[in-house]
Amino acid sequence: MATKDIAARETLETDELALTKTIRVAVPERSLRHDLRAVSIVWRRELIRFRTDRLRAVTSLVQPVLFLFVLGTGLSRLAGRGLPVGVDFRTFIYPGVLAMSVLFTAIFSAASIVWDREFGFLREMLVAPVRRWSIVVGKTLGGATVATFQGIIFLALAGVAHVPYNPVLLLTLVAELLLLSFTLTAFGVMMAARIKQIQAFMALTQLFVLPLFFLSGALYPLTGLPVWLTVLTRVDPLTYIVDPMRTAVFSHLSVSPVAMQALSPGVTWFGWVVPVGLSLTMVAVMGLAMLGVAIAEFRKTE
Amino acid sequence: MTKAIEVSALTKKYGEIGAVRGIDFEVAVGETFGFLGPNGAGKSTTIKILCTLADPTSGSARVAGYDVTRERDTVRRNIGLVFQDTTLDNYLTGEQNLRFHADLYGVPKAAFAPRQRQVLEMVGLWERRGSVVATYSGGMQRRLEIARGLLHAPRVLFLDEPTVGLDPQTRVSIWEYINELKQREDITIFLTTHYMDEAENCDRIAIIDHGQIVAIDTPEALKASIGKDRVQISTADDQAAIRALDEVFGIDAAMHENLVTFSVESGELFVPQLFARLPVAIRSVSVSRPSLDDVFMSYTGKTIRDAEASVGDRNRRIATRFSRR
Repeated sequence: MATKDIAARETLETDELALTKTIRVAVPERSLRHDLRAVSIVWRRELIRFRTDRLRAVTSLVQPVLFLFVLGTGLSRLAGRGLPVGVDFRTFIYPGVLAMSVLFTAIFSAASIVWDREFGFLREMLVAPVRRWSIVVGKTLGGATVATFQGIIFLALAGVAHVPYNPVLLLTLVAELLLLSFTLTAFGVMMAARIKQIQAFMALTQLFVLPLFFLSGALYPLTGLPVWLTVLTRVDPLTYIVDPMRTAVFSHLSVSPVAMQALSPGVTWFGWVVPVGLSLTMVAVMGLAMLGVAIAEFRKTE
Repeated sequence: MTKAIEVSALTKKYGEIGAVRGIDFEVAVGETFGFLGPNGAGKSTTIKILCTLADPTSGSARVAGYDVTRERDTVRRNIGLVFQDTTLDNYLTGEQNLRFHADLYGVPKAAFAPRQRQVLEMVGLWERRGSVVATYSGGMQRRLEIARGLLHAPRVLFLDEPTVGLDPQTRVSIWEYINELKQREDITIFLTTHYMDEAENCDRIAIIDHGQIVAIDTPEALKASIGKDRVQISTADDQAAIRALDEVFGIDAAMHENLVTFSVESGELFVPQLFARLPVAIRSVSVSRPSLDDVFMSYTGKTIRDAEASVGDRNRRIATRFSRR
């Protein structure tokens, strides 16, 4: 009993001591480790915000669900006539709609930079004794992770579109979603470096997002199109991620070679089929290039 | 290092408009130094340069012994910042905001917990650390920002208008925290304000107007340098009263804050004569001892409120410049 009392008093005293004496904090010299710690906390902040913002997770699912089930089901009666037997129209558009499920989330994650600027938090990050790249990289990775989660939720609905839950397929799709999310977030962050008003940012994303989606071949095969549309679809970066995703899905379906050729013919440049690896590399290079531009933009001082 | 801040011939131009036009000053270690001036006088621009957020157009500045342009990162490690606009993440808790800051500033992990407790206790927010910042009042948010600014134990703490937008009671309590902090931590404080009464909390003050320092001294010395009482009267015909003051007493009066304003050696002896000899009916009289407001007026020829009214135009010019870019 007595010893317990003493112990209690001792902790109390050390507590008081801790509070009266200034605790010395030696902030270390800048190092790569310190920069990586900054990347990690900026990344974690995005995850915390996503976790607390359940409404956003739900609302961003509305659009892809509408596309897949409402538009997909409605159009399948019409489009079904052109489809080979045994292939559901919803299965066909599923990879494209899956890409769409991360499209908005990724770019809107980047919009949080514009919010942060408006609410001042960006300043807290920009005056910190860390390299600016760590902030930009943390933000981009955070946005990419959040968007990928969003995609994974939608991926859970694969069965409804008759896409098999094959582990290899799922892993491939998650990896491709991650790549797509990264590139899209980098694009958003790059824009957010320049665009200071949230309204302007939202307006510009609207301007980009729907054309990107419609021209990507998410809703139709890329063969037999008029020349102008063929050119535009080949220019759209999203094409080069939708096609690998569709290739992955169709390689796990049992469809005839004829059907495969009709529905997942691959992207062609003047008749040459672009390999999946090249498509993915282009998307990755584009993401890295935009990330580089974003870093350069944020390194400028007033 | 003997000086916490050394500034020489500092200028900053935005286009052709000079926001800071050649200022020099020094702040000793441990001093609380105030920058006093109306909105748009160049206070925030100076703070931005000292915090490495903006580059000077010319001149140099050293903070904690390091050059603000060449040794940016070292400066940043040694300073704490509390801006006039909130820079908290409202969606995170108080504790999460501090943890974010600690990671960004590389605060050693072992030091974080005790130091966090110390700074939060200091500003009275320890109990509320788990609440989301959006649920804090304006005063609590400002206190949390002060705690965060101190978390990495900076050598110089910058407070840019630390009490702007807060109600008078909260302002008083923020000042209690700052004064307590001065005693507790071995720290130099640089603050800007356009509240005269707050400037009196400083060891020394620089009065800044139109991007230049017009006076720099202790509050007492500045007030003593004026040495006169300020009299403000409201009359039936203010213009006639100003003429009469000149003709009858030889006093140079002017309109400030819609009142006839002038200075005399001894206000309480002068007022009876004023009633006896002024040919204009007087509605009200107020006599005040020299305050920093009078100091500001005697150095700049206007009260701080007059200055803010006129500076509005200048800010609008700057604003239109930037929106066009």
